[in-house]
Amino acid sequence: MKNVTLRMAWRNLWRHGKRTWLTVGAMIFSNTLLVFSISLQFGSYDMMINNSLQAFSGHIQLQHPRYLKQPKMRYAVPAINARAQGLREQLGMSAISARATGFALASSEERSYGLQIIGVDANHEPLVSTLPGLVKRGRYLQAEAVEEIVIGSVLARNLKVEIGDELTFIGSGFDDSFAAGVVRVVGIFESGISDLDRSMAQVNLGYFQDVFAMQGQGHSIVIRARHIEDVDPLMSSLSITTANLDNLAVRHWDELQPGLRQAIQADMTSAWFMYIVLIVLVAFSVLNTQLMSVLERTREFGTMMALGLKPARLARLIMLETGLMTGLGLIIGIGIGALLTGYLSVVGFSYPGMAEMADKFNLPDHMYPTISTLSLILGPGIVALGSLLAAIYPALRLNRLRPIEAMRAV
Amino acid sequence: MSAIHCHQLCKTFKQGDEIITGLDHVDLTIETGEFVCLSGPSGSGKTTLLNAIGGLDTPDSGEIHMGDIRIDQLERGALADMRLRHIGFVFQAYNLIPVLSAQENVEFVMQVQGVSAQERARKAREILQEVGLEGMEDRRPAQLSGGQQQRVAVARAIVSHPDLVLADEPTANLDSVASAHLMGLFASLNEHHRITFVISTHDKRVMGYARRLIGMRDGKIISDETQ
Repeated sequence: MKNVTLRMAWRNLWRHGKRTWLTVGAMIFSNTLLVFSISLQFGSYDMMINNSLQAFSGHIQLQHPRYLKQPKMRYAVPAINARAQGLREQLGMSAISARATGFALASSEERSYGLQIIGVDANHEPLVSTLPGLVKRGRYLQAEAVEEIVIGSVLARNLKVEIGDELTFIGSGFDDSFAAGVVRVVGIFESGISDLDRSMAQVNLGYFQDVFAMQGQGHSIVIRARHIEDVDPLMSSLSITTANLDNLAVRHWDELQPGLRQAIQADMTSAWFMYIVLIVLVAFSVLNTQLMSVLERTREFGTMMALGLKPARLARLIMLETGLMTGLGLIIGIGIGALLTGYLSVVGFSYPGMAEMADKFNLPDHMYPTISTLSLILGPGIVALGSLLAAIYPALRLNRLRPIEAMRAV
Repeated sequence: MSAIHCHQLCKTFKQGDEIITGLDHVDLTIETGEFVCLSGPSGSGKTTLLNAIGGLDTPDSGEIHMGDIRIDQLERGALADMRLRHIGFVFQAYNLIPVLSAQENVEFVMQVQGVSAQERARKAREILQEVGLEGMEDRRPAQLSGGQQQRVAVARAIVSHPDLVLADEPTANLDSVASAHLMGLFASLNEHHRITFVISTHDKRVMGYARRLIGMRDGKIISDETQ
């Protein structure tokens, strides 16, 4: 180091090595914790998004432009099976499935309940939704079979039906005709999502189209991306493709499930409140260390001022010392945090009871933190900024010093 | 042109309810290259006068000129610049920066002055050699004796060839041998570099080196003799 000021700043840190290490230790701890927590948070959001979207809505849906705001039967997509097949071939993806949605009153021998009845492509539905895997009693729909239905566990309890029982339903068809059918319950699913379990039923799409007079139409083509990161590129290519497909609307999961983004934002806000508390504590630790350091070295600062150094130069020295201390905490903290998070992002981790819960709801049994540049630098960056801001007050105090009085300080 | 000119300098201090006179209408002119000792008992105003001349303290009234510059009217920043470029200080307690080696202590001021790394390293080595500290460049102040520390302080004060060196009781913490060494060094630097020295002391042996001896009491100059 040719720069004497830099050498002086570095050595000043170690005049009270234990005190410096305590402050740097607080920074290392908070930086490690922040890297891990933020990475875990990002990982859990990815998991939350995937789990929610894979349960039913998928990552992207193609719909009639007015269907999202007004989900009426008449806002349908013509020749939906052919279009879904065309997209599969065009995009080289199989996780694309067609659906049609209607509302009906379902009756068992004892009770009647309103339900949302979905016509699904039984071959492709398991590729876009985890619901078929959540059938706890009976089985899921079979492509060749008609007059079968799978229903939610709460709905089954409310209707007092079991596997093999018959349900009749009546609703209104596409052309406002009377739609009615008799179906046999072949499966009962348990998704853990109360809305689905209480009011949803699925039948084969062909059967639905016959009963509801859909004439080959449906309401949505559901697409499940391989990874959440693939959604936006897929959206772009679909927007170009669908320009030639009767002006269908391409719906992002954000539009399909707006509550999900809000839930993530609410969680992020509460987590950041805790992080800010941690960062403020570290900043106070830095403030204490640097204030003590300035008070202890008053005589030395007086000498330097007598030799011709201006207070601004001395303030820069304090900021440089803080910068070095912060840099040390930043490098070690990010290093440890990255190693820990990197390891857990590969092997994953779980907490007691997570495996049972995952098994019950067809979810992953391990959590995986998502390590990224942002998760590595966001928290430690704010810690560094807070530390430097905390050092401004001790640095500014030097402006009040007068060389003569300062040199007389004990 | 005179190095220093003071006109009717007054300075008082408040100590509790009591007003203490530091300087009482002091008139003084010091020419370039002079070797001056300010003598007198404690509280006579020697240090107050040095501090005023060095721009470390401002007088209540009166004028201080250093060459063409009236320093008692300079702003803080300009005063700091003047100290940095024109005045060297030697303090009673050495006042070295403890975390820096002897050479770094000498280099530090030059770095602030903007001297290049290579140039300041060369100058620092040369001046340390001149003050008799060759081979001790890398020692920290705690590894040096009092006399050696004071010589580092002298090297720091003169390395940039200031117009004036102000030394406040520089031998107070030194034994007689080290004192004699230091004063010999001052006299030699004064002679060879034509640096003006103003030294405050109440040590009779130190006064023996002075070519001009100014006596002070109660903030006034009571004698001014050229030896």
